[in-house]
Amino acid sequence: MDKIKREKGYTKANFLKGLFVENPLFVSILGTCPALATTKTVEAAFGMGLLFTIVLLCSNVLVSLLRKLIPEEIRTPSYIVIIATFVTMVKMFTNAFLPELYSTLGVFISLIVVNCIVLGRAEAYASKNNVFDSFIDALGMGVGYTLAIILMAIFREFLGTGAFSIGTVFTFIPAAKLQIIPKGYEISLFQTPVGAFIVFALILAVIAFIKNRKAELKFNLDKQEKIRKAQEAKLKAQEAANGGNK
Amino acid sequence: MKIFISFILAIVSSMLIDNVVLSRFYGICPFLGVSKKTKSSIGMGAAVIFVIMLATLICWPLYNYVLVPAGIPFLDTVAYILVIACLVQLVGLFIKKYSPTLYKSLGIYLPLITTNCAVLGVAQGNTDQGYTFLEALANGLGTSIGFFLIIVTFSCVRTRLDSANTPKAFKGLPIALITAAIMAIALMGLQGLFSGVIK
Repeated sequence: MDKIKREKGYTKANFLKGLFVENPLFVSILGTCPALATTKTVEAAFGMGLLFTIVLLCSNVLVSLLRKLIPEEIRTPSYIVIIATFVTMVKMFTNAFLPELYSTLGVFISLIVVNCIVLGRAEAYASKNNVFDSFIDALGMGVGYTLAIILMAIFREFLGTGAFSIGTVFTFIPAAKLQIIPKGYEISLFQTPVGAFIVFALILAVIAFIKNRKAELKFNLDKQEKIRKAQEAKLKAQEAANGGNK
Repeated sequence: MKIFISFILAIVSSMLIDNVVLSRFYGICPFLGVSKKTKSSIGMGAAVIFVIMLATLICWPLYNYVLVPAGIPFLDTVAYILVIACLVQLVGLFIKKYSPTLYKSLGIYLPLITTNCAVLGVAQGNTDQGYTFLEALANGLGTSIGFFLIIVTFSCVRTRLDSANTPKAFKGLPIALITAAIMAIALMGLQGLFSGVIK
Protein backbone atom coordinates (compact mmCIF):
# COMPACT_ATOMS: atom_id res chain seq x y z
CA MET A 1 0.00 0.00 0.00
CA ASP A 2 2.16 2.84 1.14
CA LYS A 3 5.44 2.65 -0.66
CA ILE A 4 7.39 4.81 1.76
CA LYS A 5 10.32 2.83 3.02
CA ARG A 6 9.99 2.52 6.76
CA GLU A 7 12.85 2.75 9.12
CA LYS A 8 14.12 -0.54 10.42
CA GLY A 9 12.63 -1.45 13.80
CA TYR A 10 9.76 0.99 13.42
CA THR A 11 7.20 -1.58 14.56
CA LYS A 12 9.21 -2.39 17.66
CA ALA A 13 9.61 1.27 18.57
CA ASN A 14 5.92 1.84 17.88
CA PHE A 15 5.05 -0.90 20.35
CA LEU A 16 7.56 0.10 23.00
CA LYS A 17 6.66 3.80 23.05
CA GLY A 18 3.35 2.98 24.72
CA LEU A 19 5.16 1.09 27.45
CA PHE A 20 7.67 3.72 28.52
CA VAL A 21 8.26 6.95 26.66
CA GLU A 22 4.60 7.76 26.03
CA ASN A 23 3.02 5.70 28.81
CA PRO A 24 -0.61 6.85 28.80
CA LEU A 25 -1.00 6.88 32.59
CA PHE A 26 2.32 8.04 34.00
CA VAL A 27 3.55 10.31 31.23
CA SER A 28 0.44 11.65 29.49
CA ILE A 29 -1.68 11.46 32.72
CA LEU A 30 -4.70 10.11 30.82
CA GLY A 31 -7.26 7.59 31.97
CA THR A 32 -6.76 8.44 35.63
CA CYS A 33 -10.31 7.64 36.78
CA PRO A 34 -10.18 3.84 36.30
CA ALA A 35 -6.53 3.84 37.37
CA LEU A 36 -7.53 5.17 40.78
CA ALA A 37 -10.84 3.35 41.11
CA THR A 38 -10.05 -0.20 40.02
CA THR A 39 -6.63 -0.75 41.59
CA LYS A 40 -7.67 -2.16 44.95
CA THR A 41 -6.44 -5.59 43.96
CA VAL A 42 -3.96 -6.71 41.32
CA GLU A 43 -6.51 -9.03 39.79
CA ALA A 44 -9.14 -6.32 39.32
CA ALA A 45 -6.50 -4.04 37.81
CA PHE A 46 -5.46 -6.79 35.41
CA GLY A 47 -9.10 -7.31 34.43
CA MET A 48 -9.58 -3.61 33.82
CA GLY A 49 -6.41 -3.45 31.74
CA LEU A 50 -7.49 -6.48 29.72
CA LEU A 51 -10.93 -5.06 28.89
CA PHE A 52 -9.38 -1.68 28.13
CA THR A 53 -6.82 -3.22 25.78
CA ILE A 54 -9.49 -5.19 23.93
CA VAL A 55 -11.61 -2.06 23.39
CA LEU A 56 -8.59 -0.03 22.32
CA LEU A 57 -7.44 -2.71 19.85
CA CYS A 58 -10.88 -3.08 18.26
CA SER A 59 -11.60 0.63 18.03
CA ASN A 60 -8.14 1.49 16.68
CA VAL A 61 -8.38 -1.18 13.98
CA LEU A 62 -11.91 -0.17 12.92
CA VAL A 63 -11.15 3.55 12.94
CA SER A 64 -8.06 2.88 10.86
CA LEU A 65 -10.08 0.77 8.40
CA LEU A 66 -12.72 3.49 8.05
CA ARG A 67 -10.32 6.43 8.08
CA LYS A 68 -10.94 7.31 4.44
CA LEU A 69 -14.72 6.93 4.69
CA ILE A 70 -15.46 9.06 7.77
CA PRO A 71 -15.90 12.72 6.84
CA GLU A 72 -13.71 15.18 8.70
CA GLU A 73 -16.62 17.14 10.24
CA ILE A 74 -18.31 14.28 12.07
CA ARG A 75 -15.06 12.56 13.05
CA THR A 76 -15.38 12.72 16.84
CA PRO A 77 -19.04 11.60 17.11
CA SER A 78 -18.33 8.67 14.78
CA TYR A 79 -15.34 7.59 16.87
CA ILE A 80 -17.39 7.83 20.05
CA VAL A 81 -20.12 5.63 18.59
CA ILE A 82 -17.55 3.07 17.43
CA ILE A 83 -15.94 3.02 20.87
CA ALA A 84 -19.29 2.85 22.67
CA THR A 85 -20.33 -0.11 20.53
CA PHE A 86 -17.21 -2.08 21.40
CA VAL A 87 -17.56 -1.16 25.07
CA THR A 88 -21.14 -2.47 25.07
CA MET A 89 -19.97 -5.72 23.47
CA VAL A 90 -17.16 -6.13 25.98
CA LYS A 91 -19.56 -5.31 28.82
CA MET A 92 -22.04 -7.97 27.72
CA PHE A 93 -19.30 -10.59 27.28
CA THR A 94 -17.93 -9.82 30.74
CA ASN A 95 -21.38 -10.00 32.28
CA ALA A 96 -21.93 -13.39 30.68
CA PHE A 97 -18.58 -15.09 31.22
CA LEU A 98 -16.88 -13.28 34.12
CA PRO A 99 -19.72 -12.05 36.35
CA GLU A 100 -17.38 -11.47 39.30
CA LEU A 101 -15.18 -9.17 37.24
CA TYR A 102 -18.32 -7.39 36.01
CA SER A 103 -19.55 -6.70 39.52
CA THR A 104 -16.09 -5.70 40.77
CA LEU A 105 -15.48 -3.13 38.05
CA GLY A 106 -19.12 -2.01 37.96
CA VAL A 107 -19.79 1.19 36.12
CA PHE A 108 -16.14 1.60 35.15
CA ILE A 109 -16.58 -0.86 32.29
CA SER A 110 -19.09 1.53 30.73
CA LEU A 111 -16.79 4.42 31.49
CA ILE A 112 -14.12 3.05 29.13
CA VAL A 113 -16.17 5.00 26.54
CA VAL A 114 -15.07 8.30 28.02
CA ASN A 115 -11.51 7.17 28.72
CA CYS A 116 -9.47 9.86 27.00
CA ILE A 117 -6.82 7.37 25.84
CA VAL A 118 -9.15 5.47 23.51
CA LEU A 119 -10.52 8.58 21.82
CA GLY A 120 -7.07 10.15 21.89
CA ARG A 121 -5.42 7.22 20.05
CA ALA A 122 -8.28 7.15 17.51
CA GLU A 123 -7.86 10.86 16.83
CA ALA A 124 -4.11 11.11 17.01
CA TYR A 125 -2.96 7.83 15.51
CA ALA A 126 -5.53 5.49 13.97
CA SER A 127 -7.14 8.18 11.81
CA LYS A 128 -3.82 8.82 10.08
CA ASN A 129 -2.08 5.46 9.93
CA ASN A 130 -2.62 2.06 8.34
CA VAL A 131 -4.29 -0.87 10.05
CA PHE A 132 -1.17 -2.77 11.08
CA ASP A 133 0.52 0.27 12.63
CA SER A 134 -2.69 1.20 14.45
CA PHE A 135 -2.95 -2.34 15.79
CA ILE A 136 0.61 -2.26 17.12
CA ASP A 137 0.07 1.22 18.56
CA ALA A 138 -3.08 0.08 20.38
CA LEU A 139 -1.28 -3.02 21.65
CA GLY A 140 1.58 -0.94 23.03
CA MET A 141 -0.71 1.60 24.66
CA GLY A 142 -2.98 -1.09 26.09
CA VAL A 143 -0.12 -3.12 27.54
CA GLY A 144 1.52 0.05 28.86
CA TYR A 145 -1.68 1.12 30.59
CA THR A 146 -2.25 -2.36 32.00
CA LEU A 147 1.27 -2.55 33.41
CA ALA A 148 0.89 0.93 34.90
CA ILE A 149 -2.32 0.15 36.76
CA ILE A 150 -0.97 -3.23 37.87
CA LEU A 151 2.02 -1.40 39.37
CA MET A 152 -0.36 0.82 41.32
CA ALA A 153 -2.44 -2.15 42.41
CA ILE A 154 0.64 -4.04 43.64
CA PHE A 155 1.44 -1.25 46.10
CA ARG A 156 -2.17 -0.78 47.16
CA GLU A 157 -2.95 -4.46 47.67
CA PHE A 158 0.34 -5.24 49.39
CA LEU A 159 0.21 -2.30 51.82
CA GLY A 160 -3.55 -2.29 52.26
CA THR A 161 -4.22 -5.97 52.90
CA GLY A 162 -0.73 -7.34 53.47
CA ALA A 163 -1.42 -10.14 51.04
CA PHE A 164 -1.72 -11.03 47.38
CA SER A 165 -4.73 -13.10 46.44
CA ILE A 166 -5.86 -14.66 43.17
CA GLY A 167 -9.07 -16.36 42.16
CA THR A 168 -11.47 -13.78 43.59
CA VAL A 169 -12.21 -12.03 40.29
CA PHE A 170 -11.22 -14.64 37.72
CA THR A 171 -13.07 -17.49 39.37
CA PHE A 172 -11.83 -20.16 36.96
CA ILE A 173 -8.44 -19.95 38.70
CA PRO A 174 -8.37 -21.77 42.06
CA ALA A 175 -8.45 -19.21 44.85
CA ALA A 176 -5.16 -18.71 46.67
CA LYS A 177 -3.83 -16.14 49.09
CA LEU A 178 -0.28 -15.28 50.06
CA GLN A 179 -0.16 -13.38 53.34
CA ILE A 180 3.11 -11.46 53.63
CA ILE A 181 2.43 -8.86 56.31
CA PRO A 182 0.83 -10.56 59.34
CA LYS A 183 -2.83 -9.75 59.91
CA GLY A 184 -3.42 -6.67 62.03
CA TYR A 185 -0.28 -4.91 60.77
CA GLU A 186 -1.56 -3.89 57.35
CA ILE A 187 -2.30 -0.22 56.54
CA SER A 188 -5.91 -0.38 55.44
CA LEU A 189 -5.76 3.29 54.40
CA PHE A 190 -4.23 2.11 51.12
CA GLN A 191 -7.43 0.25 50.24
CA THR A 192 -9.43 3.49 50.54
CA PRO A 193 -9.55 6.29 47.92
CA VAL A 194 -6.94 8.17 49.98
CA GLY A 195 -4.39 5.44 49.34
CA ALA A 196 -5.07 5.59 45.61
CA PHE A 197 -4.21 9.28 45.48
CA ILE A 198 -1.09 8.82 47.62
CA VAL A 199 0.25 5.89 45.59
CA PHE A 200 -0.35 7.72 42.31
CA ALA A 201 1.34 10.86 43.68
CA LEU A 202 4.39 8.93 44.91
CA ILE A 203 4.84 7.07 41.62
CA LEU A 204 4.65 10.35 39.69
CA ALA A 205 7.13 11.91 42.12
CA VAL A 206 9.59 9.04 41.66
CA ILE A 207 9.32 9.40 37.87
CA ALA A 208 9.85 13.16 38.15
CA PHE A 209 12.84 12.54 40.43
CA ILE A 210 14.46 10.17 37.93
CA LYS A 211 13.79 12.60 35.09
CA ASN A 212 15.27 15.50 37.05
CA ARG A 213 18.32 13.42 37.93
CA LYS A 214 18.84 12.48 34.29
CA ALA A 215 18.44 16.08 33.16
CA GLU A 216 20.92 17.20 35.83
CA LEU A 217 23.46 14.57 34.82
CA LYS A 218 23.12 15.55 31.18
CA PHE A 219 23.45 19.22 32.10
CA ASN A 220 26.62 18.51 34.09
CA LEU A 221 28.09 16.40 31.29
CA ASP A 222 27.35 19.16 28.79
CA LYS A 223 28.95 21.66 31.12
CA GLN A 224 32.11 19.55 31.52
CA GLU A 225 32.25 19.05 27.78
CA LYS A 226 32.01 22.80 27.25
CA ILE A 227 34.77 23.49 29.80
CA ARG A 228 36.99 20.86 28.16
CA LYS A 229 36.44 22.34 24.72
CA ALA A 230 37.12 25.82 26.00
CA GLN A 231 40.39 24.64 27.58
CA GLU A 232 41.41 22.89 24.38
CA ALA A 233 40.71 26.00 22.38
CA LYS A 234 42.72 28.01 24.89
CA LEU A 235 45.65 25.59 24.63
CA LYS A 236 45.55 25.73 20.88
CA ALA A 237 45.45 29.49 20.93
CA GLN A 238 48.44 29.52 23.30
CA GLU A 239 50.34 27.09 21.09
CA ALA A 240 49.58 29.21 18.09
CA ALA A 241 50.75 32.26 19.97
CA ASN A 242 53.93 30.46 21.10
CA GLY A 243 54.56 29.28 17.55
CA GLY A 244 54.18 32.85 16.38
CA ASN A 245 56.73 34.00 18.94
CA LYS A 246 59.31 31.50 17.75
CA MET B 1 -42.56 15.68 53.76
CA LYS B 2 -40.84 12.34 54.17
CA ILE B 3 -40.03 12.29 50.47
CA PHE B 4 -38.68 15.81 50.72
CA ILE B 5 -36.38 14.93 53.62
CA SER B 6 -35.01 11.84 51.91
CA PHE B 7 -34.50 13.93 48.75
CA ILE B 8 -32.40 16.45 50.67
CA LEU B 9 -30.49 13.70 52.48
CA ALA B 10 -29.76 11.93 49.20
CA ILE B 11 -28.38 15.17 47.74
CA VAL B 12 -26.17 15.85 50.75
CA SER B 13 -24.88 12.32 50.96
CA SER B 14 -23.98 12.11 47.27
CA MET B 15 -22.46 15.60 47.56
CA LEU B 16 -20.21 15.14 50.59
CA ILE B 17 -20.06 11.62 51.96
CA ASP B 18 -19.90 9.76 48.68
CA ASN B 19 -18.19 12.61 46.87
CA VAL B 20 -17.99 12.17 43.13
CA VAL B 21 -14.31 12.98 42.75
CA LEU B 22 -12.68 11.95 45.99
CA SER B 23 -14.46 8.71 46.74
CA ARG B 24 -16.07 7.57 43.49
CA PHE B 25 -13.26 8.79 41.20
CA TYR B 26 -15.41 10.28 38.45
CA GLY B 27 -14.02 13.23 36.56
CA ILE B 28 -10.43 13.07 37.76
CA CYS B 29 -9.15 14.40 34.42
CA PRO B 30 -10.87 17.82 34.61
CA PHE B 31 -10.29 17.79 38.37
CA LEU B 32 -6.54 17.73 37.77
CA GLY B 33 -6.54 19.56 34.44
CA VAL B 34 -8.80 22.57 34.96
CA SER B 35 -8.07 23.34 38.60
CA LYS B 36 -5.03 25.55 38.20
CA LYS B 37 -7.05 28.77 38.42
CA THR B 38 -10.07 29.38 40.62
CA LYS B 39 -11.94 31.28 37.91
CA SER B 40 -11.71 28.54 35.32
CA SER B 41 -12.61 25.88 37.87
CA ILE B 42 -15.79 27.77 38.73
CA GLY B 43 -16.63 27.85 35.00
CA MET B 44 -15.97 24.13 34.63
CA GLY B 45 -17.98 23.28 37.74
CA ALA B 46 -20.97 25.34 36.62
CA ALA B 47 -20.91 23.80 33.14
CA VAL B 48 -20.81 20.32 34.66
CA ILE B 49 -23.83 21.05 36.91
CA PHE B 50 -25.72 22.28 33.85
CA VAL B 51 -24.90 19.32 31.62
CA ILE B 52 -25.38 16.65 34.30
CA MET B 53 -28.84 17.97 35.18
CA LEU B 54 -29.89 18.12 31.52
CA ALA B 55 -28.42 14.70 30.82
CA THR B 56 -30.28 13.19 33.78
CA LEU B 57 -33.51 14.84 32.66
CA ILE B 58 -33.15 13.32 29.18
CA CYS B 59 -31.44 9.97 29.82
CA TRP B 60 -33.84 8.67 32.47
CA PRO B 61 -37.01 9.00 30.32
CA LEU B 62 -35.02 7.82 27.29
CA TYR B 63 -34.11 4.58 29.03
CA ASN B 64 -37.46 3.89 30.69
CA TYR B 65 -39.82 5.03 27.93
CA VAL B 66 -37.85 4.33 24.75
CA LEU B 67 -35.10 1.75 25.21
CA VAL B 68 -36.94 -0.63 27.53
CA PRO B 69 -40.25 -0.73 25.57
CA ALA B 70 -38.27 -1.15 22.35
CA GLY B 71 -36.47 -4.13 23.85
CA ILE B 72 -32.96 -2.73 23.49
CA PRO B 73 -31.92 -1.79 27.04
CA PHE B 74 -28.39 -3.05 26.34
CA LEU B 75 -27.80 -0.06 24.05
CA ASP B 76 -27.91 2.30 27.03
CA THR B 77 -24.22 3.29 26.95
CA VAL B 78 -24.30 4.10 23.24
CA ALA B 79 -27.51 6.10 23.62
CA TYR B 80 -26.25 8.03 26.63
CA ILE B 81 -22.94 9.03 25.10
CA LEU B 82 -24.75 10.20 21.96
CA VAL B 83 -27.22 12.21 24.07
CA ILE B 84 -24.39 13.77 26.06
CA ALA B 85 -22.32 14.61 22.97
CA CYS B 86 -25.32 16.21 21.24
CA LEU B 87 -26.37 17.96 24.42
CA VAL B 88 -22.97 19.53 24.88
CA GLN B 89 -23.03 20.81 21.30
CA LEU B 90 -26.59 22.12 21.65
CA VAL B 91 -25.96 23.80 24.97
CA GLY B 92 -22.90 25.44 23.45
CA LEU B 93 -24.89 26.80 20.51
CA PHE B 94 -27.74 27.91 22.75
CA ILE B 95 -25.56 29.79 25.23
CA LYS B 96 -23.59 31.36 22.38
CA LYS B 97 -26.79 32.79 20.92
CA TYR B 98 -28.53 33.99 24.06
CA SER B 99 -25.76 34.82 26.50
CA PRO B 100 -22.42 35.61 24.89
CA THR B 101 -20.92 36.62 28.23
CA LEU B 102 -21.75 33.23 29.74
CA TYR B 103 -20.43 31.56 26.62
CA LYS B 104 -17.17 33.40 27.00
CA SER B 105 -16.71 32.01 30.49
CA LEU B 106 -18.15 28.51 29.89
CA GLY B 107 -17.50 27.99 26.19
CA ILE B 108 -14.05 26.45 26.29
CA TYR B 109 -15.04 23.93 28.96
CA LEU B 110 -18.09 22.63 27.14
CA PRO B 111 -16.28 20.30 24.69
CA LEU B 112 -14.26 18.87 27.59
CA ILE B 113 -17.44 17.76 29.33
CA THR B 114 -18.20 15.12 26.70
CA THR B 115 -15.27 13.09 27.99
CA ASN B 116 -15.94 13.84 31.65
CA CYS B 117 -16.73 10.50 33.28
CA ALA B 118 -18.99 12.18 35.84
CA VAL B 119 -21.71 12.86 33.26
CA LEU B 120 -21.80 9.38 31.77
CA GLY B 121 -21.18 7.91 35.22
CA VAL B 122 -24.29 9.56 36.65
CA ALA B 123 -26.48 8.55 33.72
CA GLN B 124 -25.17 4.97 33.78
CA GLY B 125 -25.33 4.78 37.58
CA ASN B 126 -28.97 5.87 37.59
CA THR B 127 -29.75 3.00 35.22
CA ASP B 128 -27.61 0.38 36.97
CA GLN B 129 -29.02 1.21 40.40
CA GLY B 130 -32.60 1.28 39.09
CA TYR B 131 -33.35 4.71 40.56
CA THR B 132 -36.76 6.35 40.30
CA PHE B 133 -36.93 9.67 38.48
CA LEU B 134 -36.77 11.67 41.71
CA GLU B 135 -33.83 9.63 43.01
CA ALA B 136 -32.05 10.07 39.69
CA LEU B 137 -32.51 13.83 39.91
CA ALA B 138 -31.22 13.87 43.49
CA ASN B 139 -28.22 11.80 42.46
CA GLY B 140 -27.49 14.14 39.53
CA LEU B 141 -27.87 17.28 41.61
CA GLY B 142 -25.80 15.98 44.51
CA THR B 143 -23.06 14.64 42.27
CA SER B 144 -22.74 17.79 40.21
CA ILE B 145 -22.79 20.12 43.20
CA GLY B 146 -20.23 17.87 44.88
CA PHE B 147 -18.03 18.16 41.79
CA PHE B 148 -18.40 21.96 41.80
CA LEU B 149 -17.56 22.17 45.49
CA ILE B 150 -14.47 19.98 45.28
CA ILE B 151 -13.00 21.45 42.09
CA VAL B 152 -13.36 25.03 43.42
CA THR B 153 -11.89 24.16 46.84
CA PHE B 154 -9.08 22.24 45.21
CA SER B 155 -8.23 25.11 42.87
CA CYS B 156 -8.03 27.49 45.84
CA VAL B 157 -5.53 25.15 47.48
CA ARG B 158 -3.59 24.73 44.26
CA THR B 159 -3.04 28.45 43.73
CA ARG B 160 -1.35 28.47 47.13
CA LEU B 161 0.71 25.40 46.26
CA ASP B 162 2.31 27.19 43.33
CA SER B 163 4.17 29.53 45.64
CA ALA B 164 4.87 26.89 48.31
CA ASN B 165 8.36 25.51 48.66
CA THR B 166 7.82 21.86 47.73
CA PRO B 167 10.58 19.32 46.95
CA LYS B 168 11.55 19.47 43.31
CA ALA B 169 10.24 16.01 42.45
CA PHE B 170 6.84 16.80 43.97
CA LYS B 171 6.34 20.05 42.03
CA GLY B 172 3.08 20.23 40.09
CA LEU B 173 0.92 17.14 39.92
CA PRO B 174 2.35 14.91 42.70
CA ILE B 175 1.84 17.48 45.46
CA ALA B 176 -1.61 18.28 44.07
CA LEU B 177 -2.50 14.59 44.34
CA ILE B 178 -1.23 14.46 47.93
CA THR B 179 -3.45 17.46 48.66
CA ALA B 180 -6.38 15.63 47.11
CA ALA B 181 -5.60 12.65 49.35
CA ILE B 182 -5.71 14.88 52.44
CA MET B 183 -9.04 16.32 51.26
CA ALA B 184 -10.32 12.77 50.82
CA ILE B 185 -9.31 11.99 54.43
CA ALA B 186 -11.33 15.02 55.55
CA LEU B 187 -14.39 13.75 53.68
CA MET B 188 -13.89 10.25 55.08
CA GLY B 189 -14.61 11.76 58.48
CA LEU B 190 -18.18 12.39 57.37
CA GLN B 191 -18.84 8.72 56.68
CA GLY B 192 -21.73 7.33 58.65
CA LEU B 193 -23.21 10.78 59.20
CA PHE B 194 -26.66 9.69 58.11
CA SER B 195 -26.34 5.98 58.77
CA GLY B 196 -29.08 6.23 61.37
CA VAL B 197 -31.40 8.21 59.12
CA ILE B 198 -31.04 6.57 55.71
CA LYS B 199 -31.71 2.90 55.52
